[in-house]
Amino acid sequence: MIKLLKYYKPYTALILLTLLLLFLQVMADLALPNYMAKIINNGIALGNISYILIKGIQMLIIAFIGGLCAVGVGFFASRIAAKSSMHMREDVFKKVSDFSNAEFDKFSTASLITRSTNDIQQIQMVSVMLLRMVCMAPIMGIGALIMAYKSSPSMSWTIFLALVIVLSIMITFFFITSSRFKKLQKLVDKLNLIMNERLTGMLVIRAFNTQSYEEKRFDKTNKELTSLNLFVNRVMTFMMPMMMLIMNGVSILIVWTGAKMINMGALEVGDMLAFIQYTMMIIMSFMLISMVFIMMPKALVSGQRIAEVLQTQSNIKDPAENKTKYLNKGESELKGYVEFKNVSFHYPDAAEDVIHDLSFTAKPGETTALIGSTGSGKSTVVNLIPRFYDVTQGEILIDGVDIRDMKQNNLRDIIGYVPQKAVLFSGTIESNLLYGDKNASEKELIDASEIAQAMEFISEKPQGFDTEISQGGTNVSGGQKQRLSIARALVKNPKIFIFDDSFSALDYETDALLRNQLKEKKKDSTKIIVTQRISTIKNAEQIIVLDNGKMVGKGKHSELMKNCQVYKEIALSQLDEEELQ
Amino acid sequence: MNKQTKGNNSMRFGPGRAAVPGEKPKNFKKTMKALLSYLKPYRLKLVFIFIFAIASTIFSIVSPKILGSATDYIVDSLKLSGMVDFSRLFYILTILGALYLLSSLFLYIQSFMMIGISQKVTYALRKDMSEKMDRLPLKYFDSKTHGEILSRVTNDIETINTTLGQSLTQIVTNVCTLVGVLVMMLSINWIMTLVALLILPLSSGLIMLIVKRSQKYFANQQKFLGEINGHIEEMYTGHIIVKAFNGEEDSIKKFEKVNNKLYNSAWKSQFFSGLMMPMMNFVGNLAFVFVCVVGGLLAARGSVSIGQIQAFLQYIKQFNHPIAQIANVVNVLQSTAAAAERVLEFVKEEEELSEENKHAKIDQNKFKGDITFNNLSFGYNEDTIIINDFNCEVKSGQKVAIVGPTGAGKTTLVKILMRFYELNKGSIEIDGVNISDMSRDNLRALFGMVLQDTWLFNGTIMENIRYGNLEASDEEVYKAAKAAHIDHFINTLPQGYETVINEEASNISQGEKQLLTIARAILSNRSIMILDEATSSVDTRTEILIQMAMNNLMHGRTSFIIAHRLSTIKDADVILVINNGDIVEKGSHEELMKRNGFYANLYNSQFKQ
Repeated sequence: MIKLLKYYKPYTALILLTLLLLFLQVMADLALPNYMAKIINNGIALGNISYILIKGIQMLIIAFIGGLCAVGVGFFASRIAAKSSMHMREDVFKKVSDFSNAEFDKFSTASLITRSTNDIQQIQMVSVMLLRMVCMAPIMGIGALIMAYKSSPSMSWTIFLALVIVLSIMITFFFITSSRFKKLQKLVDKLNLIMNERLTGMLVIRAFNTQSYEEKRFDKTNKELTSLNLFVNRVMTFMMPMMMLIMNGVSILIVWTGAKMINMGALEVGDMLAFIQYTMMIIMSFMLISMVFIMMPKALVSGQRIAEVLQTQSNIKDPAENKTKYLNKGESELKGYVEFKNVSFHYPDAAEDVIHDLSFTAKPGETTALIGSTGSGKSTVVNLIPRFYDVTQGEILIDGVDIRDMKQNNLRDIIGYVPQKAVLFSGTIESNLLYGDKNASEKELIDASEIAQAMEFISEKPQGFDTEISQGGTNVSGGQKQRLSIARALVKNPKIFIFDDSFSALDYETDALLRNQLKEKKKDSTKIIVTQRISTIKNAEQIIVLDNGKMVGKGKHSELMKNCQVYKEIALSQLDEEELQ
Repeated sequence: MNKQTKGNNSMRFGPGRAAVPGEKPKNFKKTMKALLSYLKPYRLKLVFIFIFAIASTIFSIVSPKILGSATDYIVDSLKLSGMVDFSRLFYILTILGALYLLSSLFLYIQSFMMIGISQKVTYALRKDMSEKMDRLPLKYFDSKTHGEILSRVTNDIETINTTLGQSLTQIVTNVCTLVGVLVMMLSINWIMTLVALLILPLSSGLIMLIVKRSQKYFANQQKFLGEINGHIEEMYTGHIIVKAFNGEEDSIKKFEKVNNKLYNSAWKSQFFSGLMMPMMNFVGNLAFVFVCVVGGLLAARGSVSIGQIQAFLQYIKQFNHPIAQIANVVNVLQSTAAAAERVLEFVKEEEELSEENKHAKIDQNKFKGDITFNNLSFGYNEDTIIINDFNCEVKSGQKVAIVGPTGAGKTTLVKILMRFYELNKGSIEIDGVNISDMSRDNLRALFGMVLQDTWLFNGTIMENIRYGNLEASDEEVYKAAKAAHIDHFINTLPQGYETVINEEASNISQGEKQLLTIARAILSNRSIMILDEATSSVDTRTEILIQMAMNNLMHGRTSFIIAHRLSTIKDADVILVINNGDIVEKGSHEELMKRNGFYANLYNSQFKQ
């Protein structure tokens, strides 16, 4: 949390200036009651109009200066708050952009989004309030206290009495409401969650006729939320009338004691009125400070969440400059041998290995296929190659170079990765394809789309490549998304291709055509395919069979049919005996 | 299709998201009227609330005058006798004290009651939306994103809540204060009032100007906030692709651009809204001086006393505040109306047709499962018909496989069968009963369904499986889980069946999720089974086991399977080959292979290298 203060450091001078302006503003505000008293005492009471005018103009000048200072404070405060939040937001975004999968798993994507958006908003709101109002409060409070004491020392006890009462009420409120605010937020989140589930599972709910079950589920949380809201709001709303009562009560007290003193000739009427004004100011500033107690917990929580993100270091780092090895994308130098040497991997907090002692080499010009049951570790294997995670034992080498000795940018430059679930970004089909290579020519885009079997549906769309893709890619079908995702990787024209079960949404015919084209047009590339379909990999040059993270078979289809039980089972479940030849 | 777009994250919604300034409703009057109908049951209470609010305001307006007379009394008695008569003063102050007490009390009571009403109305609105959701046709949800609807339930209703709870009475108290203060000022001295009134419009004019300016910046701020949040969400959810394609640099560049724009509108909107206070204060001070001058002149003539001047000055202070609040409230009302419009539009939306007249039923004991499709035509919108004149007869107990390229209309057929959408033309009959003659509930009770998109909710595994049959015993749940081959896995989890499936359902794999939905379907023990590509995410070894269990389940039951795996399909009694919405071919695997048409082509492509 303290870490976040560094965002305000560059503005220290400006903050001091702001505080100075604030001080002047408060001084001006404090001087006003004095002038008012003088005008009443010496002007109106004595019928001295010119005195009124002179003092009046002086008062206006001071009020004007005070106003200018207030405007200045507002100006600087808003800029400082907005600028520091801007930098905070930027740093958080850059940090998260650097995160590897492990960090995303740790925080959860949803939480990271909230931390980068809502939480920073909170901090911004609070910083503006702090700079403008809350800083003013102590200055005004102390200043008013001094003025009040000067005008009538013997009445000052009324102020302390009022403050004690106000303080105790505030503390009571704080204790009653703070824990409930947290609960309130949780309930709102829960309401949202239920609503969201009902929306995504609408078909299931209607199919199982569980509508009333769902409505009851929602109603339960709705009732809880309503009753908690009732309580909290009613308590909160008690504050205002209470404060008003105290302030008014104090003025009565002051008039009573003031009258006694005026009677004794120890006080002027005007001064008593000024004293009332100052007391109001003191109580007001006290209340402003109390606002801090309401806002601070929420802001502290947000601050904590942001600090957590900023303090997290990704474990996947680039090597030191002098140890970096480069692999050039150019054809001649880069061959594309991907070698796994005794690789084992387990997730950061897990006890068991997901992959254990895996060794194989994927050669350029060949297709290496990975197949196995769910949870056998196939996807994990290919996630290690672009260093989305680092191996916990063993090494992965590309052309003999350990991938950890390469810069991540360089590594990913030579790999074309197509995930299991296709992800497209908002924009057009063209912008999505260009994501593979900004400088790709139109011909290259068309070529890639043809290989990916996407050209047909693209040309059928009225706007072709300019067709808009909405966020999440919801206006194209699952199969189309996958083909675009593949085309994107093709545009990149990398040496090494990784297809993580990327053909599952395609029908068999398209699947076959695509692989055909791939083999023909990208002859020299290293193709690593993870899949469930035997038909996809039947003719792969190398098939690796995984079972519970261990390699239980390696070789060609015909060999594995003879000596790998696991492979045989899988194959038999999908194809007839005869088709397997 | 996943309709989750930006704004769907549950944690982004919550209290504290204020009304968006600058939003204007489409039909203010109509919306307000509809909203007021929710307040109707509390009519009597509202009258009391307004009375209390007005009373509280009157008391707080009258008090300065009394305080003024107390001061007067002190001055006068000093002049007259050189002494202050404390008993009289005490009397005045006691009355004053009682007034203050009553004012605060009434203020609190009206607020207390108002909150009660606003919370109850909010509860009712949320409940109505919740119940409405189940009565709207699926078609409605196709055109809206989840984020939109969620926003209505949380943000929009919360806006209405805040406004009802606070702003409504604020309008009453502010108008009352304004009128009351004016009256009091006039009662003291009309000349001074005139002077004050000359200056005060100046302040309201300035306030309007500021509000207008800041509105523009606020709207911009919201816009850029939306943009940046959208970008953040997209980049985070797609972070693997961003990394894989080295897109971090461009993503950051784009971010910085919007971030800058956001900064500009953010500080400007803050600054402008912060101008109000100093401006109002200065105008107040200006009025003060003017009144003092005039007051001094009048006091010299003896037309006003010091106490009266003092009271008058207090009233001036009380005048400015309501004006600014009213300007604010107008703004708030507009955005509240906009919010209310969205909520009420949902609540008043056209529902699915009532089913009270639909009594057709199929006797469970005589159930056979013959299904006939007669001249079916259907399209999601009127101008694009996807399914054209479909005819088919399925005999009881047959396994029907539906195959075809993506988007050919396979899932659509199933959705129509369960009447998630109504037909354009033609009919479907089950055991001779037209499904449109049955109520939807009765019809759907016949089907057990396993979808491609696995849906599980935030509850325990036990609850999720039991969802198939809420009356099922624990034993029956275990049995279903075993039949789906997920029982072993569940038992390896630390909390077993009591394990809570978390929000993102990330603690179990895709394949395991599917097994759970299959267990759920098995538990539901329905007469007709529909499997929509159920097994494509499950590894083939487990799939074999499930297929065996499913075969048991399907034995004697009519079932529909939509799949890509030809091995699954080969076992079917009837294969329906769908392309562009039409059945292009129909028959068993052998028959279709002999025909050497579309299906044969599809099948043969397995061997193409």
